[in-house]
Amino acid sequence: MGQIGIRIEHLRKRYGEGDTAVDALKDVNMTVAPGEVVGLIGPSGSGKSTLLKCLGAVIEPSGGRMTIGGETIYDDGWKIPDLRALRRDSIGFVFQSPYLIPFLDVTDNVALLPMLAGRSNAEARTRARELLKALDVDHRAGAQPSELSGGEQQRVSIARALANRPPVILADEPTAPLDSERALAVVRILNQMAVQYHTAIIVVTHDEKIIPTFKRLYHIRDGRTHEEVGEGRSL
Amino acid sequence: MISLAGRDILHSWSKFVLTGIGLGLLIGVTLTMAGVYRGMVDDARALLNNSGADLWVVQQDTQGPYAESSSLRDDAVRSVLGQPGVARAANVTYLTMQVRRTSEGGAAPAGSGDDDVRAMVVGFEPGQPGEPAYLVAGRHITRSHYEAVADVRTGFTLGERIRIRRHDYTVVGLTRRMVSSGGDPMVFIPLKDAQEAQFLKDNDAIVNDRARTAANPSLNRPGVPGLLEAIQASQANNRNVNAILVQVWPGTDAEAVAEPVRRWKHLEAFTREQMEEILVAKLIATSAKQISMFLVILAIVSAAIVAFIIYTMTLGKIREIAVLKLIGTRNRTIAGMILQQALGLGLIGFVVGKVAATFWAPIFPKYVLLEPGDAVRGLVAVVVICALASTLAIRIALKVDPAAAIGG
Repeated sequence: MGQIGIRIEHLRKRYGEGDTAVDALKDVNMTVAPGEVVGLIGPSGSGKSTLLKCLGAVIEPSGGRMTIGGETIYDDGWKIPDLRALRRDSIGFVFQSPYLIPFLDVTDNVALLPMLAGRSNAEARTRARELLKALDVDHRAGAQPSELSGGEQQRVSIARALANRPPVILADEPTAPLDSERALAVVRILNQMAVQYHTAIIVVTHDEKIIPTFKRLYHIRDGRTHEEVGEGRSL
Repeated sequence: MISLAGRDILHSWSKFVLTGIGLGLLIGVTLTMAGVYRGMVDDARALLNNSGADLWVVQQDTQGPYAESSSLRDDAVRSVLGQPGVARAANVTYLTMQVRRTSEGGAAPAGSGDDDVRAMVVGFEPGQPGEPAYLVAGRHITRSHYEAVADVRTGFTLGERIRIRRHDYTVVGLTRRMVSSGGDPMVFIPLKDAQEAQFLKDNDAIVNDRARTAANPSLNRPGVPGLLEAIQASQANNRNVNAILVQVWPGTDAEAVAEPVRRWKHLEAFTREQMEEILVAKLIATSAKQISMFLVILAIVSAAIVAFIIYTMTLGKIREIAVLKLIGTRNRTIAGMILQQALGLGLIGFVVGKVAATFWAPIFPKYVLLEPGDAVRGLVAVVVICALASTLAIRIALKVDPAAAIGG
């Protein structure tokens, strides 16, 4: 594994202090290469969401080290100063519900990120249309999010996550509301996009339908990760 | 960068427009209240302008004739005319009353309310200060008695017969913007008629007074022929007026004329500036305070409405705001979105309010003067109120944790 998409070393996260302290993450270690999609599974309360929030730079870990796209973002108490810019430029998010901005049309939902990054409106919209075409939703470019089906909304949210060409995408239960066919389609798209855009993708999931499709899986239990080789069933 | 606020407004335009209309009606009421105050001030100034006087001479120790009652003998005008600097002076009376239309069968009963008009009856001497400045129809009064000139807002028409106290008058002329400081339209009648209307007692009172005087041994002394008749004659007529309107020669300082009148004639005299001070600062001061209170309350209610609407709209977008923050939107972009929405709501409200006030002002019974300056001040106030009202929603939005977008 040459380049680094995501590397997490001995990551810890403790909530609270003293007797009431809870160690949500005790020793998390993960590596995801660019272009790779790995699954993160675990029971409720195992620390999946906490890990995602640490990786998403919305909560600060208590210790350990995180590297994204070759850049260290956290190292035992030190963190990069501009977390907002990090989230905007280096991390894409795909949620369980697509959470598209309801008052923006499909194109502008995707173009918003490049615009926030300082791209011109025209440039941002051109990039958005390219991504929508790659995800096969370009025919709905002018539609409002409420006019899209669940699968279309999820594809638009993937396009949004890719809009700033981030080295990392964090997908939080992206197939939960979808039926088997659409769920597998979303995973297929994530795999295609990972390869096409050289992006490291972590998919947090409970979805039995898609778990067999991952070549590598991380189990998280009691705040510790265990790597497994997945079935890598063909999509 | 696209306008997030503009897109949100377009997306839920019906909610914005309906809320804006509601807010606009409130702003319209606010602008109208300001217009009512301006109208009162303008009425007061119109009263002074239309009187054509430079100086008002009234009863000593009073602030008459508009703010307080004033009574002085009608021959005092001669001594005022003799003062240096006085060009013209004339007696006037003012009496606010219900003026009734008369019909073939006689006047409607006083106080019946269905055919009478609240008006200020002005007694004046034709051709002298106090005469209506201009007519919009008909002619000036030419007869000594029983002719009237009325302001068009009385609703009287040329040739119509009206009753003031015991006598009927014919409306021979119509004028405009001749109103009392209270906004009542004026009816002008000859001074002698007005004195009678104001001071003459009814027949029963005269009979009773005569009997009372005759029964008083000090006024009905045996052996003094003619004394009782003289006393009764003096009781039966009244030679008083309310004020003397004075015009000074051009270049003459009105205060220089007023000072000797105060000192030597045992009367009070007010210049134009002093009378304006009495009318604007004193007579309508309570009304002005009342209106100010309403304006403050309406401003608070408007702010509360904008704050509530923007707050609830923001609460409805908490998840979207969390997503926006998670994907790297600056706090100031989110705050700007909420502020722009509040200002947009305010601007919609202001336009609706201004249009509404412009349409309904003419049908108000009192004069409503909508000044452009007030509209500009209103717009500034709306902008400030909306900006302040949005702060609560902005605080909520800025506290939203981007982690809320990630489940678990």
